[in-house]
Amino acid sequence: MSGAPVHAPPVLRVADHPFFHGLDERFVQLAGSGATERSFEAGDMLFLEGDIASEFWLVFQGKVALEIAQPDRPHVTIQTVGSGDVLGWSWLVPPHRWRFDARAVKATRTLALDAKTLKDAFEARPEDGYRFLLRLLPVIGDRLENARVQILDIHGV
Amino acid sequence: MASETHSATSAGSATESPFTPEPYVVERRVVETADTVTMVLKPAGGRGVPAFLPGQFNMVYRFGVGEVPISISGDPNRPDELVHTVRSAGKISDALTKTLPGETLGVRGPYGVGWPLQRAEHQDVVIVAGGLGLPPLRPLLYELLAHRDRYERVEIIYGARSPKDLVHYEDVQKWRTRGDLRLQVTVDAAGREWYGDVGLVTARIPDARFDPPRTVAFLCGPEIMMRLTAQALSTLGVPEASIWLSMERNMKCAVGLCGHCQWGPAFVCRDGPVFRYADVKRMFSVREL
Repeated sequence: MSGAPVHAPPVLRVADHPFFHGLDERFVQLAGSGATERSFEAGDMLFLEGDIASEFWLVFQGKVALEIAQPDRPHVTIQTVGSGDVLGWSWLVPPHRWRFDARAVKATRTLALDAKTLKDAFEARPEDGYRFLLRLLPVIGDRLENARVQILDIHGV
Repeated sequence: MASETHSATSAGSATESPFTPEPYVVERRVVETADTVTMVLKPAGGRGVPAFLPGQFNMVYRFGVGEVPISISGDPNRPDELVHTVRSAGKISDALTKTLPGETLGVRGPYGVGWPLQRAEHQDVVIVAGGLGLPPLRPLLYELLAHRDRYERVEIIYGARSPKDLVHYEDVQKWRTRGDLRLQVTVDAAGREWYGDVGLVTARIPDARFDPPRTVAFLCGPEIMMRLTAQALSTLGVPEASIWLSMERNMKCAVGLCGHCQWGPAFVCRDGPVFRYADVKRMFSVREL
């Protein structure tokens, strides 16, 4: 009896992630060199608050919860990100430490881009680095807006 | 009647005097959340329930306490019962949530302008509800699903404060399993027991599937949520004339006489509560309103 063929999941490529669509190919290649594929099961931690932030994460599949851990109180998820989203910008600004925990809510596949490699790519190709930041800033802006509206507790009043 | 959407009822259409409530008996009471209940009402004395349009509201009177406007949250094709979902947010609504089966409430209505569902025929439909914005949209969904073939893709985005604050959860679960619509549920914050999305409803819009120029959107929820959602949909290319939202103001008489619910040139009770975003957009930026 022969079983169905087992297919390995396709290899993840930086260029296939929506965040990098349309950016210069050479820059994408440079920025993504040394990127590491990381897969997580539900409940696995991607990183913890206070850890050194040395990677920029591209989520290809699954869901990741950004959490705040509180002493003697349950963890609170303040946002989830999923397929097609990016995760983390603490690698870009001092003190280069994560401000939240990140936990896989379900099976998740990511590519982790090395922060130093990324910054070197910015230095080598500043115009492309600028375009990269123009894409990252709206992500930061959206998450800031999310946090602000959460403070308003609009559904609670 | 239910298919004749977006026509305002005139004052006193349901009762001889616009201010005389009709008695209704609470037949069933469903606890939705810690502060919200759904009441199924039957008219006392064998009368019928006046036909209503999805999006309309009634003034619901707890005798001896007072009356408040409450959107109708039931199926417009069920003429035998009237359904209201009430959140305890003040003295009167708190008393309403504590009304028990067998007790009598006063109801007058229906009032206001309903959702213009016929404008969505042969279009993609995006429905965005925030918190207690789902109950006023539920009759629209019942009506839409009763004639599902008239519409193209249907996307529902439902946001709440926390998983414990999701209302009509049984319906939500049913909609989730339907193959002819897509539903995204998100909450503002959650514990680890929640496996769904966390974040604003606007963060779910990029995952929704619709063709912006051929989309009609219906929004109901906190005002800031509707404003941000309308802006996000407009940015994607949904025409502002195709975005409809339901406003909430301090409605007292419900027939456009007292002026308590005045919103710029409009009375929300008479000219709304459903408005076209293109018509009211500028009022969102007037801080005094």
